[in-house]
Amino acid sequence: MNIRILRTVGLILFIAGFALFNSSFFLSGFQLSKEILLLETGVEKADLLERYNPELLKKYYSSNFSFISDLEGSFTKVNNEVVSVYGIQASEIHKIIELQLGNAFSIEDLNRVFDTETAIGVYKIQKVKDYGSWLEGREFNNSEELESNLRVVAENIQKYSILQEKGFDRYQIKDLKYRLTSAAAVTPIKEHPGLFLFLTYLLCITGAAFYLLPQTRNSLPGIKNNGIFFNPMKNTGWLGILTGAYLIGFYIFLYYFPEYMTSWILMVDPISFALKGSPAGRFFLYGFIYTLCILVMGVRMLIKYRHSKYQMIRTFSVMFFQTAFAFLIPEILVRLNKPYFDFKNIWPLDYDFFFGNELDKLIDGGGLGIFMLGWGIGLILIGVPVFVYFFGKRWYCSWVCGCGGLAETLGDPYRQLSNKKISAWKVERWMIHSVLVFAVVMTASVLYTYWTGNSEFLGMNSYKIREIYGAWIGAGFAGVIGTGFYPLMGNRVWCRFGCPLAAYLGLVQRFKSRFRITTNGGQCISCGNCSTYCEMGIDVRWYAQRGQNIVRSSCVGCGVCSSVCPRGVLNLENKDEAGRFGNPILIGNDSFKVVE
Amino acid sequence: MKHVVIIGNGISGITAARHIRKRSDHKITVISAETDHFFSRTALMYIYMGHMKFEHTKPYEDWFWIKNKIDLLKDFVRNINFESRELILAETGSLKYDELILALGSKPNMFGWPGQDLKGVQGLYSYQDLVKMEEYTQGIQHAVVVGGGLIGVEMVEMLSSRNIPTTFLVREKSFWDVVLPREESALINRHILAHHIDLRLSTELKEIISDDNGRAEAIITSNGDLIPCQFVGLTAGVSPNIEFLKNSSLETNRGILVNRHLETNHQGVYAIGDCAEFREPFQNRRPIEQVWYTGRMQGEVVAATICDQKTEYKPGIWFNSAKFFDVEYQTYGHVWGELKENESQFYWEHDEGDKCIKFVYDKSDRTLLGINTFGIRLRHEICDQWLKDGKAIEYVIEHLEVANFDPEFFRRHEKDIVNLFNETHPKLAVSFKPKSLFSKIFG
Repeated sequence: MNIRILRTVGLILFIAGFALFNSSFFLSGFQLSKEILLLETGVEKADLLERYNPELLKKYYSSNFSFISDLEGSFTKVNNEVVSVYGIQASEIHKIIELQLGNAFSIEDLNRVFDTETAIGVYKIQKVKDYGSWLEGREFNNSEELESNLRVVAENIQKYSILQEKGFDRYQIKDLKYRLTSAAAVTPIKEHPGLFLFLTYLLCITGAAFYLLPQTRNSLPGIKNNGIFFNPMKNTGWLGILTGAYLIGFYIFLYYFPEYMTSWILMVDPISFALKGSPAGRFFLYGFIYTLCILVMGVRMLIKYRHSKYQMIRTFSVMFFQTAFAFLIPEILVRLNKPYFDFKNIWPLDYDFFFGNELDKLIDGGGLGIFMLGWGIGLILIGVPVFVYFFGKRWYCSWVCGCGGLAETLGDPYRQLSNKKISAWKVERWMIHSVLVFAVVMTASVLYTYWTGNSEFLGMNSYKIREIYGAWIGAGFAGVIGTGFYPLMGNRVWCRFGCPLAAYLGLVQRFKSRFRITTNGGQCISCGNCSTYCEMGIDVRWYAQRGQNIVRSSCVGCGVCSSVCPRGVLNLENKDEAGRFGNPILIGNDSFKVVE
Repeated sequence: MKHVVIIGNGISGITAARHIRKRSDHKITVISAETDHFFSRTALMYIYMGHMKFEHTKPYEDWFWIKNKIDLLKDFVRNINFESRELILAETGSLKYDELILALGSKPNMFGWPGQDLKGVQGLYSYQDLVKMEEYTQGIQHAVVVGGGLIGVEMVEMLSSRNIPTTFLVREKSFWDVVLPREESALINRHILAHHIDLRLSTELKEIISDDNGRAEAIITSNGDLIPCQFVGLTAGVSPNIEFLKNSSLETNRGILVNRHLETNHQGVYAIGDCAEFREPFQNRRPIEQVWYTGRMQGEVVAATICDQKTEYKPGIWFNSAKFFDVEYQTYGHVWGELKENESQFYWEHDEGDKCIKFVYDKSDRTLLGINTFGIRLRHEICDQWLKDGKAIEYVIEHLEVANFDPEFFRRHEKDIVNLFNETHPKLAVSFKPKSLFSKIFG
């Protein structure tokens, strides 16, 4: 009875902390000042913003939505204005064409079109020269052809020069929206971030502790999956759908609209200062919450599987690697003025490892930077095959990896929701290997550009490719779908359908590894617990009931099939490669000899 | 191409159907009145406990049967005309067969207890039983389960998963002691009590008392105790489900009588699984084997025979397994409730009393005869080989580590076991050589 009260109190504390956390999302007002603007945009652009939207500096905004929408409006106004001033106008294009003889183009003529006396005219001439020099001396069949080429030049000037130099291009807008909301925020969180940090996170953690810890006294060690399929959270009921929607929303804000999260980011400033000596960014907030989730839900996992040392040690491992390798060490490296580096992240999961700026950072990072570069490449070329040969891909996927760590802790309550159909397996194989190919092509194009300076690779723009990969695979698939779909499609959606590193590890595991799940002779009773609780959607029972070992590229070796089996049929083992397939199967029936 | 009809879509019937399909293109019809598709009967408890939904207990996706041309017919067989080779069905008229496999399964034993037909009183065998149990246990305050066997303890675990206080009546002095030796049975008694079950040993059901609506409201035990309860589970074993064949020309005893080829007295009619009774039982085995594993083996054997490869049923070394709440149990060879004249035993139990292992061997030549293990997983292949080869007890103890099947990092007890063995069997003392760290890490 006492235990029930404790758990209820825990739940209430957690909900209170969580509610406070969410309400703080809306808890900020915004007052932009000229000082802030000058600091963030420079004099020229600050003046423009003030001139085209004087309201912006006067008004007090009571919600992030109205402030950000006004900011966006202001950027658009300024951009329209600078384009109309500095852009190459249709009339000017016509003038250029009129001056040409025989539809050829000559740069010399530009002086006759633009006013060389004014700064604007000089700017325009310079830009047309920069962007249109390839037209020089060319003959065109007719004036329409010349015109369309000049139009392209004008568009490029607008896109790549005017907005960036005179107005705000989309990268600046994205960045400024976040920095301005953060600086302009008027909120008690700014004055007392520590207090809010304490109230929200500590309340949640305390609540979780009250809720989880009494479980050790409430039940005996052993598999306790009681009521999972009656639970609206764990059986895609209303609570699961709500949680999924919340997670999806969180990721969409995090990746695409971080400017709305300023309150949350401000709240973790004290921790960020303590760790790396600078204010928090969105990915610091993310890393902090991510690590907390793995730790708190890791404790849950430790309690739930306290009868299984394999599960306990494995859970300690993911908790350790997340806290030390993914969260603390990289931030401390930054504090020491060293490159930010996660020593356990491996390309192609770490898809920007070979991006030019990342490579430069490491190469310029001295001895340590070079070591990091070598370490990263060593993991890809030696670490993965050697470790997978000896232990299977589990050494990474369910012992070390951060995505795996979250899936195994926060995601554990949802593992039974993965689809076990053979059709899902088909989709999985196509999808995950396509992402692997995409990652390899993307990285090849990036490296090609890095070495040659040419952004065209096999008829594609390498900047465009990496941008698409980052937005759709890196953020959309791995983040929004990968975690947001936990309560809808199980906790390994990304690992199963998308992760290119998992695909690479899986190929090694399937064809050259000592790892297998051994089936214990003819002991299977086809109950289905193993398949149901396989987060990777492997129909484990299909093999077990035939007495076959399970050797599947997708198996991350979490060991839960072996834990939930009521007959002790399954065991994860590293043994002779020779025994993986094709052994005579023991069925307890001397009427036949069966070979796999 | 002949038409093979299989009555019953449990593990025996379905295994037969699958193997006939593997070996031939005979027309196959499987008839069941229970469910549309094959499911794992052993998993019924997990549906009630919320570990799985019904669809998770189906080992094959629904397209499997269409793809493999195994026709499934949901109907109830009322009668069989063995002369005209025809089945009389409840819904779809009649059906002709060339060969017939009877895989009829079991039904819970009812021993004529007063009140056994009341509402809220039932056994647990079929899917329908599960549905009934779901209905009858809604919002109840107390339940009673009668019968100290495997289904009884499962039913108790099911009720306990829903926090329904349960009294467990066991007729014997100790849980399942007709099968389990004293020490093992005591271990399970303790474990049941640790789960806060009101376990009453040496207690029988005398009467179930009805309320005004014909529903159970209490029971009276053989000790005269009155236990108020709204649900009574009757799990005193099962018997072959052959009521409708009792007056036919098919030879039956408790089950349908079959020879070693699983053939009945009618040519082309076979019986397998729970409902089959061997005219000449195998040595050390019962004439009716109501076990998942033997049902599966018999299905495989009968399929070969039907596909023109006449095969005798030759079960190998006996094995079985179960789980009592959190304690897993495996057995290999024969460990009887009481040692036989020629038998001797070696028993080790963990200090915490939740794990144990027992070896029974021949007194004279020390040949291993059987192993019982609780809370420690053993490797089927190794135990099977040891028993086949008639290894001596000291060999088995010395090599026990090879037979361990526990997951990595689990606490290993071979050293303690060897020490105890050497203490109690100084003349047979063996040495214990633990695996090196290298071979632990790299296999």
